[in-house]
Amino acid sequence: MESWYWWMLLGMALVTYIPRAFPLTFLEGRELPPVVSGVLRNIPYAVLGALIFPAILFVQEGNLLFGLIGTIAAFAIAFAGANVIIVVMGTIAVLAVYSLFVG
Amino acid sequence: MTFMNGIRAGSSIAIGYFPIALTFGLLAKTTGLSMWEATAMSIFVFAGAAQYISLTLIAKGVDPILIVLNTFVVNIRHFLMTASLNEKMQPDAAWKKAIYAFGVTDETFSVLATRKENNIRTPFAAGVILVSYGSWVVFTSVGHVIGANLPAFLKAAMSIALYAMFVGLLVPSMKGNRKVVYLALFGAIIHSLLGWTGLLSTGWAILVATLGSAILVEIMYTRIEKRVAKGSEA
Repeated sequence: MESWYWWMLLGMALVTYIPRAFPLTFLEGRELPPVVSGVLRNIPYAVLGALIFPAILFVQEGNLLFGLIGTIAAFAIAFAGANVIIVVMGTIAVLAVYSLFVG
Repeated sequence: MTFMNGIRAGSSIAIGYFPIALTFGLLAKTTGLSMWEATAMSIFVFAGAAQYISLTLIAKGVDPILIVLNTFVVNIRHFLMTASLNEKMQPDAAWKKAIYAFGVTDETFSVLATRKENNIRTPFAAGVILVSYGSWVVFTSVGHVIGANLPAFLKAAMSIALYAMFVGLLVPSMKGNRKVVYLALFGAIIHSLLGWTGLLSTGWAILVATLGSAILVEIMYTRIEKRVAKGSEA
């Protein structure tokens, strides 16, 4: 690759960093209106819903059943009260067994 | 809430990043990037989805300026996440916050923002971020150097890792908290609808779904609280 690659990388780094850094530094020590901070406190759970669905169902292209089994396994292990690392390893194990024997 | 606690809390991210970074290194090689070019992208950008898309665009010979613009659109959602995270972090010097802000990804944000404590310590955040970042950078290089992937069955199974982690973070908060259930449900529904209709690109779709759900539920609960307040007056 030539020098354009490094210029592009610089641009990518900047446009990724600015949206991450601006709120954390600019909002430091500022009191937000209660409505705004209420909405901001809701963000983590709203974003988790949006990050999980629908993408979790399509982790293997063209194999909806694979994603569905993974989804059910993850929620089942999590609802049983396991901590995050067990949910991750358990779901991987279920799907590894499934793809070894079924496809 | 020490640095070591952070490392431990971030270890599921490190596991989840392993197959994705490995594949990224491999794909970067087949796209024609050198080991340094591929690793440098992981070092300086640290954004999975945007990095993957950039490879596709580089291979197609798309104008680098458009690749930068696309990166911006894909990552604009982090604006919302860091604004939200700011409410949970301990007050600290701006330069420290400016440093760890670099490491706020979907995954590190999720681990930090779902903590029960309301005053997350900076060293804890640093631990979560460093172990995740380390995994991302190291396994990008490894993927490029070995130029081979995991066995197919393992790679397929591990592709679920980060989603399983999101589920593992969400479910404990859902128990006994209907508001959390509504938030996740509406976020999921709006995002799915936007995906099926193809109305918005991925970056915007997550942003709109998240903000939409957060505002909708906030309105719902403010009304309920008002009605309860009125009821108790009467």
